[in-house]
Amino acid sequence: MAISWFEKLVPSRIRTDGVSKRNVPEGLWQKCPKCNAILYKAELERNLDVCFKCDHHLRISARRRLEIFLDEGTREEVAENIEAVDSLKFKDSKKYKDRLVIAQKNTGEKDSFVVMKGQIEGVPVVAAAFEFKFMGGSMGAVMGEKFIRAANICLAEEIPLIVFSASGGARMQEALFSLMQMAKTSAVLKKMSDKGIPYVSVLTDPTMGGVSASFAMLGDICVGEPKALIGFAGPRVIEQTVREKLPKGFQRSEFLLDHGALDMILDRREMKAKMVSVLKMLLNKTP
Amino acid sequence: MNLDYLDFEQPIAELEEKIEELRNIVDDSEINLNDEISRLQEKSLALTESIFSSLTPWQISQLSRHPLRPYTLNYIENIFTDFCELHGDRHFSDDPAIVGGIARLNDQPVMIIGQQKGRDTKEKIRRNFGMPKPEGYRKALRLMQMAEKFHLPLITFIDTPGAYPGIDAEERGQSEAIARNLFEMSSLKTPIICVIIGEGGSGGALAIGVGDKTIMLEYSTYSVISPEGCASILWKDAEKASLAAEALGITSDRLHELKLIDEIVKEPLGGAHRNMEDISVKLKDSLSNSLTELTQIDSGQLIEKRYQRMMQYGEYKDEA
Repeated sequence: MAISWFEKLVPSRIRTDGVSKRNVPEGLWQKCPKCNAILYKAELERNLDVCFKCDHHLRISARRRLEIFLDEGTREEVAENIEAVDSLKFKDSKKYKDRLVIAQKNTGEKDSFVVMKGQIEGVPVVAAAFEFKFMGGSMGAVMGEKFIRAANICLAEEIPLIVFSASGGARMQEALFSLMQMAKTSAVLKKMSDKGIPYVSVLTDPTMGGVSASFAMLGDICVGEPKALIGFAGPRVIEQTVREKLPKGFQRSEFLLDHGALDMILDRREMKAKMVSVLKMLLNKTP
Repeated sequence: MNLDYLDFEQPIAELEEKIEELRNIVDDSEINLNDEISRLQEKSLALTESIFSSLTPWQISQLSRHPLRPYTLNYIENIFTDFCELHGDRHFSDDPAIVGGIARLNDQPVMIIGQQKGRDTKEKIRRNFGMPKPEGYRKALRLMQMAEKFHLPLITFIDTPGAYPGIDAEERGQSEAIARNLFEMSSLKTPIICVIIGEGGSGGALAIGVGDKTIMLEYSTYSVISPEGCASILWKDAEKASLAAEALGITSDRLHELKLIDEIVKEPLGGAHRNMEDISVKLKDSLSNSLTELTQIDSGQLIEKRYQRMMQYGEYKDEA
């Protein structure tokens, strides 16, 4: 990987790696991947990982997402012990088993999806988020089952479900089992819908393939983060199929809003307040 | 090379050609070659049996896309009566990559929805190679809801490389269209039987594939991604498609073992396209049996069973 001029100037002990590993002391500075501005990390964190120069929404981990979103002291993880089983003994250039171990080591997560019960400004909810760094946030049997557990709590306690998606789609290493998670998650959402329990889907960068073509597009309310890539087929696949240049801003949140696929785009810093306000109205609660 | 035969079938094609030549000689002259012809026919049969007794997943994948393979409209014509095609999604247009309508199976009125590929170049293009756009899935949804309204069991025929990956499809909400069908099919109050007749290509296939029973024709495939697509992503080489086909477990026998499908309908020797009548009779039998079985279950129970079936998809371990 090329080292930028800036990183050369920083003493090696505070230099950050492209892929930051857990337990390794991270640098004080971070570069905005969009405008290349050098951002003071503490300040960036206070700004919820949104570049304060260009408003670019940096990708964040599942845990960080839920930490930002749920009230402190109310968070309680759900189904945290579910782990993948390699029932197909899938092997490509690497064994699926080994890929799992590496992803677990790099992210500290057991799989690509984290579910927590908690409150937002006092409103009880279940919230879930994808860990994109875990095999591209891919959807497998663990993700699907955790989604069901999350929805089942919502069904039992009649509280809303909020899901933050960030995923490349189905996990190929789980083959048809991963495809079936689309049906599984959509079915439980039908149950919630029939009972009138709100489900809000927040599509963050990127939300593609089988995730976008199932629960992510089924929200009573669908919200995009600014400039997030959202679509069914990947832009490269489309370019190869239609053999023409893709229009500017294609498959970005703003494009989807224009075409009627999203209800709104929310800045990460306004997400929680707006969500509370909307949910309270859907739940017929006083403001 | 005979284009009616796949690469691995070429030895059969050569023999069949020889038989054809001999037949022409017989027609033109008085020489009796019947013994020779029947000897070659036996040989061709034995060769076909031997080739088809040990097909690889990649070969089956090619068979599932065979240019002569029967398509949805062929089965509709051969199995059902009184078919009346219904068009359009009532919002945007009519997608020729999905056909649908009402018909009778034996005497029972049913709703049919299926992906449709084209046979010649012109029709292939018109049918978009069996790759539906959102309006196709929305037409399907309209027909599903009509099926529910009039208590018609729903039979779907799946045969698509996948949902169309195009600019217009994305603009009109391909993801939402697929998702909406999964959502609605999960509790549609009528029996749903899904048959994979050729290619079961990922989300584009599943969007008409949620139901009470999934049947696969022996040489059809069902997969989260095409072997070529998987190979180019995971092996960074589309040429490794045969390895990917193996690893993905896309064939009917493997998926039956994994309990992801319910039933396999055996194809005639050489594949469905070699004997359309035989495969139609077998599929009709299978559909009739499933229909009898499913129409006896009351709709509340049927939907609960369908739901439980979906909940058990996928293995995981839970240490708690």
